[in-house]
Amino acid sequence: MKNKLLAYLVPTRCVGIQSDRAAVGCATRRVDTAFPRGAWEREILLLLGLALLTTTVQAETVFVSLEKDNALAIVDPIDGKLIKTVPIGQRPRGIALSSDNKFLFVATSDDNTIRMLDAETLKELAKLPSGKDPETFALSPNGEKLYVSNEDDSMVTVIDVASKKAVHEIKVGVEPEGITVSPDNQWLISASETTNMVHWIDTKTNTIVENTLVDPRPRAVNFTADSQQLWVTSEMAGTVMVLDAKTKQPVKTIKLEVEGVTFDKIQPVGVVIDKERKHAYIALGPANRVAVINAQTYAIEKVLLVGQRVWNLAFSPDQKRLYTTNGTSNDISIIDLDTQTVTKSVGVGTYPWGVAVKP
Amino acid sequence: MSFLHYWRAMSGIVGRELWRFVTQRERFISALVRPLVWLFVFAAGFRAALGLAISPPYETYILYEVYITPGLCGMIQLFNGMQSSLSMVYDREMGSMRTLLVCPLPRWFLLLSKLLAGTAVSVLQVYVFLAIARAYDINIPLMGYGYVLPALLLSGLMLGALGLLLSSFIKQLENFAGVMNFVIFPMFFMSTALYPLWKIKESSALLYNLAQYNPFSQAVELTRFALYGQFNLHACIYTLIAFIVFMTAAIIGYNPSKGMMMKKKGGE
Repeated sequence: MKNKLLAYLVPTRCVGIQSDRAAVGCATRRVDTAFPRGAWEREILLLLGLALLTTTVQAETVFVSLEKDNALAIVDPIDGKLIKTVPIGQRPRGIALSSDNKFLFVATSDDNTIRMLDAETLKELAKLPSGKDPETFALSPNGEKLYVSNEDDSMVTVIDVASKKAVHEIKVGVEPEGITVSPDNQWLISASETTNMVHWIDTKTNTIVENTLVDPRPRAVNFTADSQQLWVTSEMAGTVMVLDAKTKQPVKTIKLEVEGVTFDKIQPVGVVIDKERKHAYIALGPANRVAVINAQTYAIEKVLLVGQRVWNLAFSPDQKRLYTTNGTSNDISIIDLDTQTVTKSVGVGTYPWGVAVKP
Repeated sequence: MSFLHYWRAMSGIVGRELWRFVTQRERFISALVRPLVWLFVFAAGFRAALGLAISPPYETYILYEVYITPGLCGMIQLFNGMQSSLSMVYDREMGSMRTLLVCPLPRWFLLLSKLLAGTAVSVLQVYVFLAIARAYDINIPLMGYGYVLPALLLSGLMLGALGLLLSSFIKQLENFAGVMNFVIFPMFFMSTALYPLWKIKESSALLYNLAQYNPFSQAVELTRFALYGQFNLHACIYTLIAFIVFMTAAIIGYNPSKGMMMKKKGGE
């Protein structure tokens, strides 16, 4: 009893759970304070819980590759909780789900392979011949082909998912990184970081049809849902270019600027555009922010503060939420897209890199 | 003594204070300008200072201006508490205090009414401040504006009681500068209003302890948690105890036979 009373009277001490040195030279710290909760509060929480149970909340699972932990984090984004972490292989980075959500692919770079897992049981089904040091890859919309960027060899490896064999190699520019397939399965896009080029590859013939020069160090590429536009982020220029899929020429170059953040910290990486092409979201790397772009007017509407070195982005299946991987603060941020606010940041493990969402 | 009698006295005191506040436009504006300058100028300079940390009740990264907002609510109430104490000293010098204290009602009740009057004014000021902060894109969940009311009442009472206690010590209006230097500034700066506890701990263990036991910190934390729909029991109990202690001391202080009034005779 005495102890209990003391616990109320003596302020609870803050406990630093984790600390990390950031790329920008600042110390990261997550502080948790355990404040005792009152009985009435517990009751309210219980009632809220019941209310939540009665409304149909679509459960979804977020998979996050942890580059330094050699593991996969599995997060319940509705509760905002890390469910578990499972070992996966050396240096996992690129991660994607098949369109039927049955298979999960993870590029384990230091194992020089892409692992194919059962998305339910997470059991490994196969190791795909990705070539050396796979980082990013893209799946064709029908799930038949998997395209891998081979940075060191300046080429793209085409893997047939059914036979699990590399069936083709396409020579591209120096240091290919960003890779994507248009939703209509017509174009495979590979962006070369050093050549500063976007290569338009015909998926039927596996040959480059056209090259488009883009701003320095293109990182990520992504199509709009209607396959009419290709958005390309340039890490060094701090821009995002919108290319027209017909002319293959830029229609707009958006200079990304954040009030109070120096230019050198704005290094855009991941880019996603919603189905209706209303908004595009761009991860700004060490600027620790996600830019919300009006995809019609190309104006920066809002900038949202997330964790450090925000890298990749993924929508929830209903596109009501956006998940970001924050590399150096070791967490993911959950953004509510109706209100366009960051609701929670969840610690997942060391160096979260890629993110995939299963309904 | 009927209930109606008590009610009339209390509504008279609270009404006088509110009326005084509304008619003194300069006071209303200056009470608002102070926290707004902190928010627009001071906080803007430190915008990213807390961008790299998460501490409850926040669940994600926040800008400094979001962090400082509950602290500025506390600042409003702290200054208002002191302002009330200042007006008590003024009332004493002008003689209206004597009129109040000869009222045939218990002294504690009169002081409590005076306190409630001050708190009502401070709560009003905080809500106006929060409305302006919202326009400045400091978005607090809508429910938070409701939850914060009881927290503001308690913290306003506590800080007002401190003001009352101080006013029982102060002989003359001129001595108020001392209150500024020795009470308001140390209380405000050695608290969690401007920086979270873990940040203070990084610089000095002594400051950390001072901030932790500073009742103003607890009042600010109570407000901070309430704004985000959370109840901080520890801060609530701490603030409540501080209120009871200050109030009791103030009632004793205003007792002519026991308290500070005896010592002050020469000054009046």
